Amino acid sequence: MAIVYQKSAGLTDKQLHYCPGCHHGIIHKLVAESLVELGLLDDAIGVCPVGCSVFAYNYFNCDMQEAAHGRAPAVATGIKRTHPNQPIFTYQGDGDLASIGTAEIVHAAMRGEKFTTIFVNNAIYGMTGGQMAPTTLIGQKATTCPLGRTKEQAGMPIRMAEMLATLDGCVYAERVCVADMANLNKAKKAIKKAFQLQMENKGFTFVEVLSTCPTNWGMTPLKAVEWLKENMAAYYPLGVVKDIETEAK
Amino acid sequence: MTAKVTFDQERCKGCELCTAVCPKHIVVIDQDTINSKGYHPATVSDMSQCIACASCARMCPDSVITVEKE
Repeated sequence: MAIVYQKSAGLTDKQLHYCPGCHHGIIHKLVAESLVELGLLDDAIGVCPVGCSVFAYNYFNCDMQEAAHGRAPAVATGIKRTHPNQPIFTYQGDGDLASIGTAEIVHAAMRGEKFTTIFVNNAIYGMTGGQMAPTTLIGQKATTCPLGRTKEQAGMPIRMAEMLATLDGCVYAERVCVADMANLNKAKKAIKKAFQLQMENKGFTFVEVLSTCPTNWGMTPLKAVEWLKENMAAYYPLGVVKDIETEAK
Repeated sequence: MTAKVTFDQERCKGCELCTAVCPKHIVVIDQDTINSKGYHPATVSDMSQCIACASCARMCPDSVITVEKE
């Protein structure tokens, strides 16, 4: 029998530690599959964040480097500048990228560092137990905003893809999700495109992936998918935010 | 065409994401089995209806599903 689908060669055999239904596992697969399909896996070097995906270095079947909290873009800058012909990526959550590491990602994008950032936005601090993140939606409950986030107290959630897209060094920014098959296909296409642009030395490339956090949202995985579609996608619009290739035409 | 879907049930966490994307609605949670993690793993209720689209496998966060066809 011919194999239609099996576990990607871009992933190790290690069992993922993520909670049931967490989208991290799906996003890991898409990155791994993209690297394999583009023939980049052997040369790829990934940089891990701090947060739920802190152990991602155990799961990707390529060279990986752990970074201090939020500093993955700074570490990736060093790796890319010393290995300019190799595909380099950071894999970061919203606590890592949009909170403690905001300076690093903004300046890496400003400098137009030629690596790819996969940003997993689940609108909450997962690993530490469900506190409010900069990406937590208005009205969304978290342990540090038990009555729901308010604009008066915490401001409006940060839209990272739009923010980084304002910088000239950022050549590609897209927001995707993996809530259903159509969106999963789009997400994979976006990740592949980001790596392609990186290998063409175009500049900094950024893919924001909306993700569920069933445990800290207090929902079943399937309910969380519905909640993501209804609430997150409404505030964080899906689609291409910036693409210099189409802008040049 | 015959299709074959195999689940690495020991690694399954019973999240049910695969059950929601099956166009034939034949991917179900096996309530009669419990794996060593303590979850009811996913399985296929009627393999003859499978069209080998691999949606379940591609959606699975833990890559426990392999899809084959002939």
